[in-house]
Amino acid sequence: MTRVLVIAEHDDAELAPATLNVIGALRALAPQGVDVAVLAAGGESVARSAARIGGVGRVRLLARVENSPCLAAVWASQVAELASEYTHVLAPATTFGKDLIPRAAALRGAGALSDIVAIDGPYRFRRPVYAGNAIVTVEADPERTVFATVRPTAFSAPADEADAPIEALTLDVELPAHTRFVERRGDHRTGPDLQTASTVVVGGRGLGGPAGVALIEGLAARLGAAVGASRAAVDSGWMPNELQVGQTGKIVAPGLYLGIGVSGAIQHLTGIRDAGTIVAINKDAQAPICAAADIVLVADLFTAVPELVDRLDRRGAS
Amino acid sequence: MRRILVGLKRVIDHGVRVHLRPDGSGVVTDGVKMSLNPFCEIALEEALRIREASRADEVVAVSLGPAEVEQQLRQALAMGADRAIRIEAEGALEPLTVARSLLAVAEREQPFLILLGKQAIDSDNNQTGQILAGLWGRPQATFASEIRLGESTVTVAREIDQGIEVLELDLPAVVTADLRLNEPRYVKLPQLLKAKKLPIETLTLTGLGIEPESQFRVIETTPPPSRTAGIRVESVDELVAILDERGLIP
Ligand SMILES: Cc1cc2nc3c(=O)[nH]c(=O)nc-3n(C[C@H](O)[C@H](O)[C@H](O)COP(=O)(O)OP(=O)(O)OC[C@H]3O[C@@H](n4cnc5c(N)ncnc54)[C@H](O)[C@@H]3O)c2cc1C
Ligand SMILES: Nc1ncnc2c1ncn2[C@@H]1O[C@H](COP(=O)(O)O)[C@@H](O)[C@H]1O
Repeated sequence: MTRVLVIAEHDDAELAPATLNVIGALRALAPQGVDVAVLAAGGESVARSAARIGGVGRVRLLARVENSPCLAAVWASQVAELASEYTHVLAPATTFGKDLIPRAAALRGAGALSDIVAIDGPYRFRRPVYAGNAIVTVEADPERTVFATVRPTAFSAPADEADAPIEALTLDVELPAHTRFVERRGDHRTGPDLQTASTVVVGGRGLGGPAGVALIEGLAARLGAAVGASRAAVDSGWMPNELQVGQTGKIVAPGLYLGIGVSGAIQHLTGIRDAGTIVAINKDAQAPICAAADIVLVADLFTAVPELVDRLDRRGAS
Repeated sequence: MRRILVGLKRVIDHGVRVHLRPDGSGVVTDGVKMSLNPFCEIALEEALRIREASRADEVVAVSLGPAEVEQQLRQALAMGADRAIRIEAEGALEPLTVARSLLAVAEREQPFLILLGKQAIDSDNNQTGQILAGLWGRPQATFASEIRLGESTVTVAREIDQGIEVLELDLPAVVTADLRLNEPRYVKLPQLLKAKKLPIETLTLTGLGIEPESQFRVIETTPPPSRTAGIRVESVDELVAILDERGLIP
């Protein structure tokens, strides 16, 4: 029988929404419910949120001061220890999960699967390779615990609620002291989160600089959208790294994606493949994004975007 | 000797649009341009810069794969690596096998730093550095965008979903390179020609006492779900009308 453990991603105060998608993905494999591990310094409120998610059978709270802020090396020792009770140990395919899961797997002499986008059976999964240009179906050895990261945008979060018990747990594992947290710098943008927003406005090199960025920020505000960036826009220093969308940035799946001054390189398109409607505004009709988009407007963004904002304003007013 | 080990993977060039074999057995590789994985190139560049700043004495490049990976190892030598090691291996390798092999080399070479790419752009695994650090019992800093070496520590800025995180690691440690860590140098033809004559040490998995892993079996390779063809609009008004009709705008 399968026993499934999901490692909660959180900031000690709130559960990261991606965790819910992972639980949603895995509940079909967990007849007794999915166990959720909350590693934290305190973690009670995170544990309480986790206990309410549909499909959760039990929350296991590992409170230890060393657990905050999260260091993969510190968490991995504990996750590896817990893993002996489970057939599956999973986390979201975010930078958090990608950092942690392979290390925990290694401590149990196992490998891991990255970025699961479909579950065909307890030991049969699908995942993208070659920047999403191919999907492989993989069968995992059932004799070993499956360590994996799950792509949050490929699964929906449970819509129902549960009332799972919370079990406080102490593990007798020695934690490494070789890694120290120094600081975290975030841009602390206001507005919706890139990975969960229903509309995303992405700007590329075509923005030309901060003035162009301001234009798409205005559009995003008008649409209640999150702002994203191509690699070129980040490399140019116009937008922060956490906004990069693509193979090596974030994977997004909004209902509406608008790519503005973005050419649509393979590495970018892989990050938006699951968007509902893809709109491209580009002055070059031959740009690859125009072949990939659902709606293409061939125009100069410096006239099209202000015009778009103006139309939206007028709609709002009428 | 202060040594840096760099792991290099040969992959289909990032500019190539891959084609799948119709029988689902994988992607077409015959006649396709192969290159050094871009993240590995960045890892190597960083190692070279550290050596050029006199913070290391030697950069050793290691690659697992068939004889053809010597092309990428020669590129590494041309860029400035001091030595190159190829570990003979055929077919797709699981990250656990790669990590165990790199660990075996590390035990021999005793590096103070191992630099890898954050991910190979063919398998998109993003695992080897983390597995290696776990097996080695040493610190890891993945997705590095800045590396500063101290005497017995290394400070690494990491690109994470929330922004930038800075960690301090005791050495020896494993660091994996992200895109913005540096811009790799161009190799000039004379350097490439010179590198053609340099020796490459060859090891075998058996010699290292490593049994290739087969925890995961690839059943088939299929194309991603396709999207329906799009339409072209002529004006912003038309765009707004369609988005409105589909209920996509407030
Ligand atoms: C290993 C690797 C990983 C990568 N990972 C990513 C990733 O995760 N995400 C990512 O985005 N990229 C990634 N890239 C980079 C990718 O290959 C492209 O280089 C990048 O996406 C290009 O960004 P861009 O579309 O903004 O710029 P460009 O390709 O330069 O395109 C700019 C576009 O703007 C249009 N334009 C210019 N001016 C105007 C105007 N006034 N009005 C309207 N349109 C205009 C142009 O026609 C053009 O199509 C990766 C590359 C590698 C090698
Ligand atoms: N065959 C290989 N030989 C040497 N290094 C490798 C090999 N495969 C992966 N690596 C290293 O591990 C990194 C991450 O690869 P992966 O975990 O497969 O995405 C690569 O950028 C390389 O530095």
